[in-house]
Amino acid sequence: MGNKQTTFTEEQLEAYQVALHGRYRELAPHLVPLDYTNNPDIRVPLSLIVTMPELKENPFRDRIVETFSEDGQGNMSFNDFVDMFSALCETSPRELKTIYAFKIYDYNRDNFICKEDLQKTLNKLTKGELTPEEVTLVCDKAIEEADLDADNKLSFADFENMISKAPDFLSNFHIRI
Amino acid sequence: MEDDSVFYTDRSGRITSNPLLDELPSYQSLLYRRKQPIAGTKRRKESRGRSSLSGSGKWSVSTVNRIEERQKSQMEQRAIRELPISMAEKRRHKEQRLGEHQGLSSWGQWRQNTRRSLKRLRDDAREIFSSMKLWRRDIHQIEGMFGTGILSYFSFLRFLVALNLIIFLLMFSLVMLPIIVAPHASGNVTYNQRDGGNCSIYPSTARRGLVNFHQHISDLLSGEGFLEQTLLFYGYYKVDKIHFPKVNSTYNLALAYLLATVAYLLLSLFWIVKRSATGFKRHLVQDEDRFQSFCNKIFAGWDCCISNENAAKLKRSSLLYELKTDLEEERIKQKIAERTRKDKCRIYFLRAVLNLFVIGVLAACFYGIYVATNLSQEAEISKTKVNFITDLIYEYLPSIVITLANFITPLLFSVIINYEDYSPAFEIRFTLMRCVFMRLTSIGVLLFSLWSKITYCGKDKSCGCGYNHELYSCWETRVGQEMYKLTIFDFIIIAAVTLFVEFPRKLIVKYSQCGLAKWWGQQEFAIPQNVLEIVYGQTICWIGTFFCPMLPAICTIKYFFIFYIKKVSLIKNCRPATRPFRASSSHFFFLVVLLIGLFLASLPIAVSLAQISCSKACGPFVNYTTSWEVLPVTVSQMPEGAKKLLFALSSEAFAVSFFVVTCLAMFYVIALAGAHKRVINQLREQLATEGRDKRFLIQKLCQAQNNQPVKRSKFQPRSPRSPSSPSYHTSFSSNVSESVFLAHSPPKSSTNV
Repeated sequence: MGNKQTTFTEEQLEAYQVALHGRYRELAPHLVPLDYTNNPDIRVPLSLIVTMPELKENPFRDRIVETFSEDGQGNMSFNDFVDMFSALCETSPRELKTIYAFKIYDYNRDNFICKEDLQKTLNKLTKGELTPEEVTLVCDKAIEEADLDADNKLSFADFENMISKAPDFLSNFHIRI
Repeated sequence: MEDDSVFYTDRSGRITSNPLLDELPSYQSLLYRRKQPIAGTKRRKESRGRSSLSGSGKWSVSTVNRIEERQKSQMEQRAIRELPISMAEKRRHKEQRLGEHQGLSSWGQWRQNTRRSLKRLRDDAREIFSSMKLWRRDIHQIEGMFGTGILSYFSFLRFLVALNLIIFLLMFSLVMLPIIVAPHASGNVTYNQRDGGNCSIYPSTARRGLVNFHQHISDLLSGEGFLEQTLLFYGYYKVDKIHFPKVNSTYNLALAYLLATVAYLLLSLFWIVKRSATGFKRHLVQDEDRFQSFCNKIFAGWDCCISNENAAKLKRSSLLYELKTDLEEERIKQKIAERTRKDKCRIYFLRAVLNLFVIGVLAACFYGIYVATNLSQEAEISKTKVNFITDLIYEYLPSIVITLANFITPLLFSVIINYEDYSPAFEIRFTLMRCVFMRLTSIGVLLFSLWSKITYCGKDKSCGCGYNHELYSCWETRVGQEMYKLTIFDFIIIAAVTLFVEFPRKLIVKYSQCGLAKWWGQQEFAIPQNVLEIVYGQTICWIGTFFCPMLPAICTIKYFFIFYIKKVSLIKNCRPATRPFRASSSHFFFLVVLLIGLFLASLPIAVSLAQISCSKACGPFVNYTTSWEVLPVTVSQMPEGAKKLLFALSSEAFAVSFFVVTCLAMFYVIALAGAHKRVINQLREQLATEGRDKRFLIQKLCQAQNNQPVKRSKFQPRSPRSPSSPSYHTSFSSNVSESVFLAHSPPKSSTNV
């Protein structure tokens, strides 16, 4: 799974940039220059990026954009933009997606998915349609299923192990652009 | 930004976790798996510095170094695109690799270059191939609107189109092409001449005189009249051998026909098994472990391809529904565990009664099909024409009965299963299995009733030619016609249901305000039923290709149109099922059902080939008793060496030894699988205990730390840690001032990590 090239060629880098630059620019035409040869330091804010049709309906769009932005606040430079769609594309390998998924679901950035992170994820998914007892029950069950070292939260090793057995992960965790 | 991108850093760039954990060899190797070689050297120096400061001994440094070396060589070929670092880092890495590249010898460079260009060629080829795939844009659109579950149905349909096309090309090139080409290549065709008396009479079925227009339509729909003696059916291929004087070789059409049949069955088998291999592996892994329903739904449940607001709403509600169903299942499991003995007896008794009822219903359906087939055959043979519509109904009677049975029984099964008190997941699977069985066996019953008529020559009379030659002068063509009729009728029903049931339903629900319409609701795209429909069509195609060589082409066209019909119906009429069908297991499920269909299709063909005598009035096998006989006759005409080899291969000695070897291989593989399973369980337990050990050791260390007086107070922790820190995770908080900087005070404890 995934392309096993060792480097980007210049042409491929060009191709990526040209294709995605159009999309990047149309988010904020007044901010983003047409000419990128001198690598200007322009960052498109979070509120504009999440209006993209590919991200608009995703309940985790804020977290995704924050994860891939360099400053952690969701303001993306063009490099971050390309990086995001490259990592989330169909042919991107499973390990890469797993790492980024872990970062996305880790709300408080403590390198563990604790129960609060899980509850926030679940509430974002269901938009508060489950009762609080149901939410607690589901989170308990999820931690019970995936937690291997019995510390009541998911470390990266637990998460990776669980994702490798999740059948829908690869087919669902990609964005087509 | 710090190089380590797996774990977050604070503003100052330091990793905000316990430095003690950083020195663990397992953590170092985790870092290395994600690191570039260049940053790795930097890291090595850092870690070396830290570990030397802590004085944890030389062995830890050397082990870390060894691990780093090993992983560095593994890392070398890793694609830059796959590293979880930012774009700027990726560019730096690429330059660094180019620099390394220049340093190699010319042989090394050339090797790298060819490897790279080959990989690029392969990637480009794959890219082009995937962009040429049929219906790519349509399927993309469907995926965006309805998600990956329904997508799998349409890609399954696309697979069947390709399969049928290949089967048709196979039959065409092996059987039809020589006959068509023979007059142009001045081939000498030897027709079958068998003077078997009555057996070889084949009355012509061409209509004479003034023919009504509707007679033509009826012929087209039933494969009789002007269609009967054409390339369409088996009876036309009365050729035995074709001799091409230009290349001075003889083409044995009878052998080719037989081998083409076997070939397309084997081809289908290999292609389906190859396609299901990945799904099967994943299915095994998933079944191995506890069914991870909750984690899978929370972390991998949202389909990120959805870009439509309605679809997102539906996906959310379906996820919600799934979660609630799972919670419900947990509650039911609880309830089942609490069942008393009296309850159990009552339930088992009820299940036995209901199963008997189901068997009774199935038997009734099969009997109905048998009777319908008999009626239809008698009406055809007696050739009394009442009027156009009644004749057509008699022609299509078996198809009508099969379709009715396949329509009613799923409804019945879904009602019955409610009383049998199974868990919801098992209910779905069991109902599906019953429906699959019903659909595929109905074809078998039809064929069985046909055969019983073909081989029945009257009470206590054995058939003169091996079959009933008075009624069926060319029985293979008759069977081919039945299969042809089934295919056509199937297509008509699918189109008619879409046009006359689904569109009106949508109009009613949309424009009518009455409560009944609201209750009926908008159409749902029920994936299992649709899949069964097309597997049923494909099974008919497999059975029918032997008797009607052009049937794969007809099926290709049929599936081609069905794709567009279903797509339009889906987009205009349907909403996604509230009971979602998971894409991962669904792909595997489709192929399993298709395999069942293939096996059930090869049974009738095997019986026709080997058991029933072939017609003496038509077809390529006139000179032989059964169709299979071509093979032994050809083998006996082969040169001595080849003949001896083939006899040896088919002898009992070879068969028995082959069987024994296969059994041994199977036992070995089963033993290996069992051993792997045991190892996995042990490793899993080990993982858990390692985690606990780590925690325990860290706590002990922290305790030992806090119990000692600290000599150098430069980096003394401001707030002394309580020796018994209850919660493990607070020691890894991101508050730098509270974490223990073990690196700067020499540890006296002997527990080195």
